[in-house]
Amino acid sequence: MSLTSADFAAIWLTLKLASLTTAILLVIGTPIALWLSRSRSWLRGPIGAIVALPLVLPPTVIGFYLLLAMGPNGFLGHFTQWLGLGTLTFSFTGLVIGSVLYSMPFVVQPLQNAFSAIGTRPLEVAATLRANPWDTFFSVILPLARPGFITAAILGFAHTVGEFGVVLMIGGNIPDKTRVVSVQIYDHVEAMDYSQAHWLAGAMLVFSFLVLLALYSGRKSRAGWS
Amino acid sequence: MIEARLKLAWPGFGLDVDLSLPGRGVTALFGQSGSGKTTCLRCIAGLERASEAFISINGEVWQDSRTGIFVPPHRRALGYVFQEASLFAHLSVLANLQFGLKRIAKDQRRVDLAQATELLGIGHLLERHPQHLSGGERQRVGIARALLTSPKLLLMDEPLAALDSQRKSEILPYLQRLHDELDIPVLYVSHAQDEVARLADHLVVLEAGKALASGPIGETLARLDLPLAMGDDAGVIIEGQVTSYDHAYQLLCLRLPDTLLDIRVTHAPMAVGQALRCKVQARDVSLTLHDSEHSSILNRLPVRVVSEMPADNAAHVLIRLDAGGTPLLARITRYSRDQLGVHPGQALWAQIKAVAVLA
Repeated sequence: MSLTSADFAAIWLTLKLASLTTAILLVIGTPIALWLSRSRSWLRGPIGAIVALPLVLPPTVIGFYLLLAMGPNGFLGHFTQWLGLGTLTFSFTGLVIGSVLYSMPFVVQPLQNAFSAIGTRPLEVAATLRANPWDTFFSVILPLARPGFITAAILGFAHTVGEFGVVLMIGGNIPDKTRVVSVQIYDHVEAMDYSQAHWLAGAMLVFSFLVLLALYSGRKSRAGWS
Repeated sequence: MIEARLKLAWPGFGLDVDLSLPGRGVTALFGQSGSGKTTCLRCIAGLERASEAFISINGEVWQDSRTGIFVPPHRRALGYVFQEASLFAHLSVLANLQFGLKRIAKDQRRVDLAQATELLGIGHLLERHPQHLSGGERQRVGIARALLTSPKLLLMDEPLAALDSQRKSEILPYLQRLHDELDIPVLYVSHAQDEVARLADHLVVLEAGKALASGPIGETLARLDLPLAMGDDAGVIIEGQVTSYDHAYQLLCLRLPDTLLDIRVTHAPMAVGQALRCKVQARDVSLTLHDSEHSSILNRLPVRVVSEMPADNAAHVLIRLDAGGTPLLARITRYSRDQLGVHPGQALWAQIKAVAVLA
């Protein structure tokens, strides 16, 4: 016996969710991380804390509040209903939103560290060499922060793959829509189908190990980047 | 003409200067750390925004707080050399050099790659990465990179401070070439008198955020009322013209400006008529009442005493002298002063050992 088509559907959905979440997080996480690494505003502390909340909150708490917000009476729910989209609970889109919030610190923090490590000097140098701020971002910050982006992408992706509590709260267990690998494993175990759970759980274990292996061995060779 | 009126108040530090500087040549901003010289430079570059400021470079206004003009740094035609070369670690030397160059419109380029690499002697380094350069090489690349933006003003923030003395002397000749071959005004921040003496034409002395003095280098260095005179390396600059060269003894004869006085210095051969700048340290100048040919000291100049000031050492005094219009400083003991009865207006002979003159 090996992986069933339902298992493959769950794997495919998980990869889709993780890729999309990572892509979105890199786009919105970059300005947030840039701001957190440069700003001297008093808001820096509160915003930094909000971004880091998913690190300490039980996923069920995030899931609970998201469920309320996206539900028919929540502010997000009102908004999506007004747009004629219905509610986002128990939908793939809802899962993406939840995952973005849930994995945010895993993307923002490595980026923020990378931007802080670059410091202000290269930016000043670029300005005195006639590069405007956008130009400086693409020609100096981005290449210098590349290892940070790689770390952020790997961590964001892997953390989303490992998501369970938030999915269960706002996504439920709908095949092809919200049933990701972690939920599928839970299903197998609930059904006392341990051998099937072994296959998926083993795949997850190997996957997670390989990701972290790539991350930690890559780090050494990138040590002298600054 | 470079005008910079800057006012800025930070906790624990204030800057309040009103500078009118020559629009060509090298102007040194000299002062101890904390005197505000780097802040001045950063304000002029727009990297720091002074609350009240008027900055105009040869007629082009970069900042005027009264009318709200603030040209951002990337639109100011300046070159900036930082204390640490600050090369981009992700780019090769060549790509570092091209970074500024390719952002300058072709018709605005007045310095080309070949010229800059030749001027700073870095042609053989182009393919390398900054990590594989020595400190001196890195700084030369940094200077070339700034020059390649064809700046209307070159700002240099202690470009030699991070280097050991050997690297320093490796770069100084390049800076002198820059001064001699390119017509770009330079503001040079330094706290090292020897660098200032070798490179600058104009000197601004800063202390605690204020300008104590601003004037031509020769005059300003010789002023006894500035903290400059107190230092152990206090001295004057003489810009002389070569009148002859003695190959047998390797001695160069130098005529002091607007005089018939010559001094001899040990130096490599130079053509007659060429200009040479040398520094005469106050501690290397001794005074006698009479000219004596029976001495190993080659340079004996008739001088007149201008003024006197106590030195940082209670046993010493500083005497300012006038050698046919050229100022000289002598650091002698208080004892000698009393023995010779030194007083303003007195005619004396100043003796300078030829080997002590820094050329």
